[in-house]
Amino acid sequence: MLRLIANRLIDAIPTIFLVLILVFVSLRILPGDPAQVALGDQATPEQLAVLREQLGLNAPLWQQFFTFVWSVVTLNFGNSLINGTPVNDLLAQNLPYTIELTLVATLIGLVVGVPMGVFAAVNRNRAPDNAARLYSLIGYAVPDFYLGALLLIVFSLNLGWFPINGGGDGFVDGLYHVLLPAITLAALKSAFMGRLTRTALLETLGKDYVRTARAKGASEARVLYRHGLRNALLPLTTGLGLSILATLSGAVAVELVFNRPGIGSLLINAIQQRDYPVIQAGVVVFAFFVVAINLLIDVAYVIIDPRIRVKQ
Amino acid sequence: MTDMVETAIAGPTELPPAEGSRWSALARILFGRPATIVATLIVVVFLLVAIFAPLIAPHDPLAQSALKINQDPSPDNWLGTDQFGRDVLSRLIYGSRNSMIFGLVSPTLAALIGTALGVVAGYFGGWIDRILSRIIDMLLAFPELLLAILIAAVLGGGFWNVVAVITVAFIPGFARVARASTLAVKQEPYVEAAIAVGVRTPVILLRHVIPNIASSVLVLLTLWTASAIRLEASLSFLGIGTQPPNPSWGNIIRDGLNNHFGSPWPIVGAGIAITIVVLAFNLIGDAVRDELDPELSQ
Repeated sequence: MLRLIANRLIDAIPTIFLVLILVFVSLRILPGDPAQVALGDQATPEQLAVLREQLGLNAPLWQQFFTFVWSVVTLNFGNSLINGTPVNDLLAQNLPYTIELTLVATLIGLVVGVPMGVFAAVNRNRAPDNAARLYSLIGYAVPDFYLGALLLIVFSLNLGWFPINGGGDGFVDGLYHVLLPAITLAALKSAFMGRLTRTALLETLGKDYVRTARAKGASEARVLYRHGLRNALLPLTTGLGLSILATLSGAVAVELVFNRPGIGSLLINAIQQRDYPVIQAGVVVFAFFVVAINLLIDVAYVIIDPRIRVKQ
Repeated sequence: MTDMVETAIAGPTELPPAEGSRWSALARILFGRPATIVATLIVVVFLLVAIFAPLIAPHDPLAQSALKINQDPSPDNWLGTDQFGRDVLSRLIYGSRNSMIFGLVSPTLAALIGTALGVVAGYFGGWIDRILSRIIDMLLAFPELLLAILIAAVLGGGFWNVVAVITVAFIPGFARVARASTLAVKQEPYVEAAIAVGVRTPVILLRHVIPNIASSVLVLLTLWTASAIRLEASLSFLGIGTQPPNPSWGNIIRDGLNNHFGSPWPIVGAGIAITIVVLAFNLIGDAVRDELDPELSQ
């Protein structure tokens, strides 16, 4: 088990390295001179020279890449160009809000989506199944920022039931602030998880061992949960991983709608202000999440399905 | 699009089916179920609106008027005006152009590039395949929206940048499907026969491999048109897609959110437009998938 996790970690290293190369190449080479872009057309040559020195753009490229990788390894991304705050402080302030939003949205999505999928599979091609299908069709089509805007206008601005912006202080207040954004993200997630649960469950329910279980007189609930859902866990885990990553990217827009602190709004604001150190750090943080969540899925496979452990 | 539909349905070029069956297959896809008929009609209407926007729009979408700020719907402005006195309906009509262009152009470009990469990787194998597959797998780990945001973070907004962003975000998916299908087709006797009789490799790829993987690629293409429209709307909403004052459904919602006390119509109108178009393309995508790739459908 430990050896497997170690192997997966080693596997992730080239991926992380490739991501770093891509981030570096795109940030340093594609758009021309970051100093010029950051300062705009009116910058004097002196200002440009100072910023270039500050960003380390005068060094040879290989040296810049080494500095960049080192800054990632040591988790030291420098200071914001706009207000001089260390980027690490900005990350530390914003990261908890994004993680909180993603976790709560995932939880709501699972609690709504999985039972919906089970219910749809059990009642295949009857009213509940069709209702679930309609729900996921609409859930796939409504953009999350639109749903968020509607919820914000109706429940926060007009009815005053929920706060208008911010992330809240303390656990209860934080939960109060996160609820509406999380419901926004959970709508798509529950649609996705519902479809996935239905498909995976229908597949396992058609298997021989389910027929055997029924034949030996197991109760329908036992067949469903013990033999059906348990064996549907593997595709569900893959789906859950994908869906957490989708929620993470959806959080960018939703944080903006609800004027909520978080890595997404940090990144978008940095893009608009051309704040290169913050953009760089934001991109690396998101890339890290992608690698980490994929790693967690791999580990979850091994825990769920012992056969994978034996094969390794 | 229609050409590609026909190519895909026609299957291998060496066995062209009768002219009639292509059209009946297309008709079966687009008009086979009541829901798909409605979806096809919706897409056609929105395409016409996008093409003939200058003729249909009652006002200039960019014309501001200090005298007509935040007006309610009236006979002159059917959906009222926004905080700059611009006609909301005209902005929605012109906004459909961006959605349709990005929805159709970007996935098509991504399909062409991704298929080329996937076919090369799958057919030649070896170190090319190893390197390409590694990069594809890595990019596939990123959700499209996240990948697009990260690329847009670097490139900035603007028309061609958005085309590039959405295209790049979709390339890895096409490349993976094309590679997998190529691996399967490569084992077929007709490819082995072609190699045995000395047909040159480019000809094998163009005449034997690509026509036989076209249907899988096409299924993905129709399914992802909806995603591309959503993606463009999200990017424009975030301020890194279509740049104001040029209207797009995404940035109309963004402007509307800053002015929600002034007028709800931009948000409601643009949101409904995106939802309907995405829904319609999704339904057509499902129908194409069921027809061309029955194994994928549930």
